[in-house]
Amino acid sequence: MKRIQTIETRDLTASLKTGGCGECQTSCQSACKTSCGLVNQQCENENA
Amino acid sequence: MIHQFELKGQHIVLDVYSGAVHIVDPVAYDMISLYENTPREELLLRMLETYGHLDGVDEAELRECLSDIDSLVAAGKLFSKDPLRGLNGTNLPKGKPALKALCMHVAHTCNLNCQYCFARQGNYHGEEALMSFEVGKRALDMLIAQSGSRRNLEVDFFGGEPLLNWQVVKDLVTYAREQEKEHNKNFRFTLTTNGVLIDDDVIDFVNREMHNVVLSLDGRTEVHDHLRKNYAGEGSYEIILPKFQKLVEARGGKDYYMRGTFTHHNLDFTQDIFHMADLGFRELSMEPVVCDPSDPYALTEEDLPKLFAQYEVLAEEMLRREQAGKGFTFYHYILDLAGGPCLPKRLVGCGSGTEYLAVTPTGDLYPCHQFVSEPEFCVGNVWDGVTKPEVQCSFQDCNICQNAQCRDCWAKLYCAGGCAANAHHATGDIRGIYAYGCELFKKRIECAIWLQVAARAGKA
Repeated sequence: MKRIQTIETRDLTASLKTGGCGECQTSCQSACKTSCGLVNQQCENENA
Repeated sequence: MIHQFELKGQHIVLDVYSGAVHIVDPVAYDMISLYENTPREELLLRMLETYGHLDGVDEAELRECLSDIDSLVAAGKLFSKDPLRGLNGTNLPKGKPALKALCMHVAHTCNLNCQYCFARQGNYHGEEALMSFEVGKRALDMLIAQSGSRRNLEVDFFGGEPLLNWQVVKDLVTYAREQEKEHNKNFRFTLTTNGVLIDDDVIDFVNREMHNVVLSLDGRTEVHDHLRKNYAGEGSYEIILPKFQKLVEARGGKDYYMRGTFTHHNLDFTQDIFHMADLGFRELSMEPVVCDPSDPYALTEEDLPKLFAQYEVLAEEMLRREQAGKGFTFYHYILDLAGGPCLPKRLVGCGSGTEYLAVTPTGDLYPCHQFVSEPEFCVGNVWDGVTKPEVQCSFQDCNICQNAQCRDCWAKLYCAGGCAANAHHATGDIRGIYAYGCELFKKRIECAIWLQVAARAGKA
């Protein structure tokens, strides 16, 4: 595509079916403690 | 739903539900903005009127661009359908809830007297107290018993200042290590400390046992010392800095965060982040102060444009340093576009009150550390477990499908509805939103995406 470049990303809609194992870190256990930003957590689902 | 934004010369389109990110030129950018609500021939005519004078832009070219957009729509990477439609708080695909994380308030007391502390000098508006080993052990037993099939269990030693109860911390870690083998669990410990009591014993133990360590440093000497003082009114920078440097140097690459707070007094907070990077620290976090709007250091509406500009300065400087081989990590700009959390995780957020609880020194349970000073949010205790399920249920129903203000927000799958404590303190309702925090959050996500885009452009 000449005018559009798409970055490879995780298909979130698809992850609705494969995700939810609950093994990833709770966001407030990392560094913030006063806000919520979970998108910086790593996925730990080995089957995802 | 899509979100379009321009930043530092880049035109970026985010497809909210698929998570796809597109880097586009101005022609495609405008065409995408017209795509959903403009008849095709009218769209082409308007685009031709606007861009027809440019070299290489004619009707055939515009039709090709439109066809490319059609392809992305068909592939589910633009204007993708809302997979959450029809879902609410009761039918979310979030699996069976299980407790997996505890914030252990091992010390409701502190050896610093930081003015902005949400824990009010460590005691959370209550009595000073230290957690006994028995209370902590009971909390760990409860965590294991209620964790179901979850293997990774997280425990953050928090306060107040947890090093004021150091022996209990060490004893609890030792106990948990014994238990994890028996129950096939994997404990991940974090210590959050102001650093004053760090010594060689702490460094050895923390670097051996703690998955993560959060070290409180606000940046430049004068900024740090302005609010992070001891009870004699003296700044703590000179006491803690060499201790932090020694601990991080000995950490051998394991996770840590230098965690600062910025306030109305240092709106140029990027200088504090760069200061920490110049000191050799590489994993950095800097949080906006959360306090009563009447506090003299509270952030104001007038500060917002300055803060937005600062986040852009930060992203640009991070890119420059990365390219110069001196990169560092900023907690809120970590974004793994190809991986990252799944959609179920993004629906339930931080899990406060359900998979995450705070434990006070006397063994009371709260939805998270930020609710500890509010008795009406106490959900139970480590001996009887959750005795007020109705409070816990209110947190279970706290999600982006329930909140009308989140429903139409492009950033909802990045923040998962934000912090319930901030919402409660700002609006009186855990299902409300802390609008100021939302504005900062959205700016940070734009900058984080830009950083990924710009880094790719630099490598191309």
